[in-house]
Amino acid sequence: MSLATEVGILDGKCPTGPIADRWPKYKQDMKLVNPANKRKYTVIVVGTGLAGGSAAASLGELGYNVLSFCVQDSPRRAHSIAAQGGINAAKNYQNDGDSVWRLFYDTIKGGDFRARESNVYRLASISTNIIDQCVAQGVPFAREYGGTLTNRSFGGAQVSRTFYCKGQTGQQLLLGAYQAMMRQVEAGRVKLHTWQEMSDLIVIDGVARGIITRNLRTGAFETYLADAVVLCTGGYSNVYYLSTNAKSCNVTAAWRCHRRGALFANPCYTQIHPTCIPVSGDHQSKLTLMSESLRNDGRVWVPLKKGDTRPPEQIPDDERDYYLERRYPSFGNLAPRDVSSRAAKERCDAGYGVGPNGLSVFLDFRDAIRRDGEPVVRDKYGNLFHMYERITDENPYKQPMRIYPALHYTMGGLWVDYNLQSNIPGLFVLGEANFSDHGANRLGASALMQGLADGYFVLPYTIGNHLASTKLPKVSADHPAAKEALIESRNRVESFLNMNGTRTVQDFHRSLGHIMWDHVGMGRTSASLQTAIGQIRELRDEFNGNVKVVGSAETLNQNLEYAGRVGDFMEFAELLAIDALHREESCGGHFREEYQTEEGEAKRDDENFCYVGAWEFKGTGVEPALWKEPLNFEEIPLATRSYK
Amino acid sequence: MIAPQNDGMKLTVKVWRQASVDVPGQLVSYELSGISPDMSFLEMLDILNERLILKGEEPVAFDHDCREGICGTCGIMINGQPHGPDNNTTTCQLHMRRFKSGDTLILEPWRANAFPVIKDLVVDRAAFDRIIAAGGYVSVNTGNAPDGNAIPVPKTTQEKAMDNAACIGCGACVASCKNASAMLFTSAKVSHLSYLPQGAAEKNERVLKMVARMDEEGFGNCTNTGECAAACPAGIPLASIAKLNREYIRALLASDQ
Repeated sequence: MSLATEVGILDGKCPTGPIADRWPKYKQDMKLVNPANKRKYTVIVVGTGLAGGSAAASLGELGYNVLSFCVQDSPRRAHSIAAQGGINAAKNYQNDGDSVWRLFYDTIKGGDFRARESNVYRLASISTNIIDQCVAQGVPFAREYGGTLTNRSFGGAQVSRTFYCKGQTGQQLLLGAYQAMMRQVEAGRVKLHTWQEMSDLIVIDGVARGIITRNLRTGAFETYLADAVVLCTGGYSNVYYLSTNAKSCNVTAAWRCHRRGALFANPCYTQIHPTCIPVSGDHQSKLTLMSESLRNDGRVWVPLKKGDTRPPEQIPDDERDYYLERRYPSFGNLAPRDVSSRAAKERCDAGYGVGPNGLSVFLDFRDAIRRDGEPVVRDKYGNLFHMYERITDENPYKQPMRIYPALHYTMGGLWVDYNLQSNIPGLFVLGEANFSDHGANRLGASALMQGLADGYFVLPYTIGNHLASTKLPKVSADHPAAKEALIESRNRVESFLNMNGTRTVQDFHRSLGHIMWDHVGMGRTSASLQTAIGQIRELRDEFNGNVKVVGSAETLNQNLEYAGRVGDFMEFAELLAIDALHREESCGGHFREEYQTEEGEAKRDDENFCYVGAWEFKGTGVEPALWKEPLNFEEIPLATRSYK
Repeated sequence: MIAPQNDGMKLTVKVWRQASVDVPGQLVSYELSGISPDMSFLEMLDILNERLILKGEEPVAFDHDCREGICGTCGIMINGQPHGPDNNTTTCQLHMRRFKSGDTLILEPWRANAFPVIKDLVVDRAAFDRIIAAGGYVSVNTGNAPDGNAIPVPKTTQEKAMDNAACIGCGACVASCKNASAMLFTSAKVSHLSYLPQGAAEKNERVLKMVARMDEEGFGNCTNTGECAAACPAGIPLASIAKLNREYIRALLASDQ
């Protein structure tokens, strides 16, 4: 197939001037909405994870009329809750040389020079406010005996800047945002709509003015109108079927916006997390991540000898290959996620993998237990060890854990400008659902930081500027655009129920996952991607004629919900592969085997690919159009990312 | 479709089937074979559902999401025990190796007046959200916070707060209680916030409002039986209820009413 043709250049609307002054100056120049007028504006927030919860809470506090939607039974469930390790902030409480600049630098470098400098600097500078805010909410961050906050170092960082709540940091931060939001629900400023799935975006005169939802309990389609729509619907890892994401994580809301004109940026930037529990069989429905904080004390190794089946404790040290320490002496077991994942795949592909199918490597705590004693290790990682044993029936205090990489996070997402506004005015995209801050690879403990930065401290400013500077005439549910969106949503559900095919939704999803993991996974080639595109199209055609969905549209029907989500993954998967095919370089989580150094490291092509690739929908199965946003590196000169 | 394993487990699974809150439900029996002991409990239900769908029957509706024990969405009464036989374990983290081939499993939804059945094993737990809305927070707007280290919190105090904050809001405590009381859930949030200096300013008001809301929602009273703490997958201790009672009495004595 031909490579996509570029149709235009995008403007990220980044401010100029000294980088540290950009966001403060930008905030000063923004238009404000008069406090008395805020209640006249209705804002829809879709999703109640860290980004959605914090945005709804903050907008409610400001006095806006907020409508909050989630597919779950409660706004406390979103998958942000599962983040274990921590949240980064440039507080420099440890006096170890951290600063906003260093966090900015680490994030740009970690993202392999594929993120916007202006956004990332803003993120790093806001990081400190997030910690203060969460502490004030009562988030129980770990403390020193003297009562001050403690930190740990986390994947890819040489300073200790990660704040944490045992292994449940995401849970505690999400509950903080949720509680702040429920306070606004009680105050009447946020209206909660649980069990509601967004099925379309309403665009009137080029501006996002509402959404169509399906009430998952009654099956009813409902139209909600607003002055702005804020999408906080997370990432798309589940396009790979097996991932560490929750089962309800999906691309539907983002994809439906894409079909209405929102550009999808960098979909090929997917993150594979190195420390997951390996697959145990075909029945596997999801993968479980273990915090990479384990790599602070665990050592990763495989046997030096191929096919060595001795129990790990019987393999002497000189017959072990601690390959991360060997390849990356200065970072060792703390090498960034993409580097560590690929190194594990390389060893397993070469035949050195361990476990029943040879698809895992050891993560060994023997030395930490010898050095610090079992109680210290138990205190740090007890809950993770417990979880590992429950799933695998193996005791990690006695034998090394087995780990293998799995899909975990997606850096790509809907394209947004510096205001977090998509190319459709009035449609804002926050958190993992947007593409903006992590470039081609996200550093550990940065997802929580970005979700909360967007929701607490960026959107509340930029949305005000939009509302104050845009004419927003009254719209009604009878507008043809709203009616058309409603009818399309309804028809789609009916077509699933009328199909009466022979294969289940899960069966199709699993097949899609195999295509994606085998051909669009950790190592991609031009040939594998073209194979994938062909297979995805075939599978999609079959899905659209042969999927079997039972039950009715008028009650809770989880099978029907699932069909809609997998249907959207079938379309989205092709875009992901097309983006990966067009990006003829390796960077961050996107590794093209044709583009690597002699040592097997990722080889970027800054001359030709130093841009954000944002795709415009042209129809299902029709080649999308490519918009480019050039990336300029003024503060941190482009350099090869090395962790040696 | 996953091929059944010949050497797998055989099970009789009796599942509560109920189309909606308005119609009566009943236990329906299904025979399952080829179940691997390495499967999670919910993967076993996935297999049952795949087989039902292919036969044109409605799959069993059950709640689940993260499948790693933290989101609090899943919750099935398994042989009379919320989340099944393992301590400190959610339904999604229970594995089939816990059972024997030939076992009969009885699966029911959480049963409580305040948790109406939506369908099959799915219940409505929005009452929990409304208890939190009544006061389960520190009233601080975004942007008002002092530096994180301006409020020192002793490590032991923080750990007590964290132990209570670990509640996942699944509702097993209510399901296990003969009175369908929500005391353990409510006490976990009251305790978390009342241990911390940040939550102190409104601690009296908070506990009074949350307990009042809990009663309004139709949860039963606590008789200190302790089933809730035994069933809790997040390890919230019974002592949290004692803490709630102390906070409540102190708040009552301090109130003007």
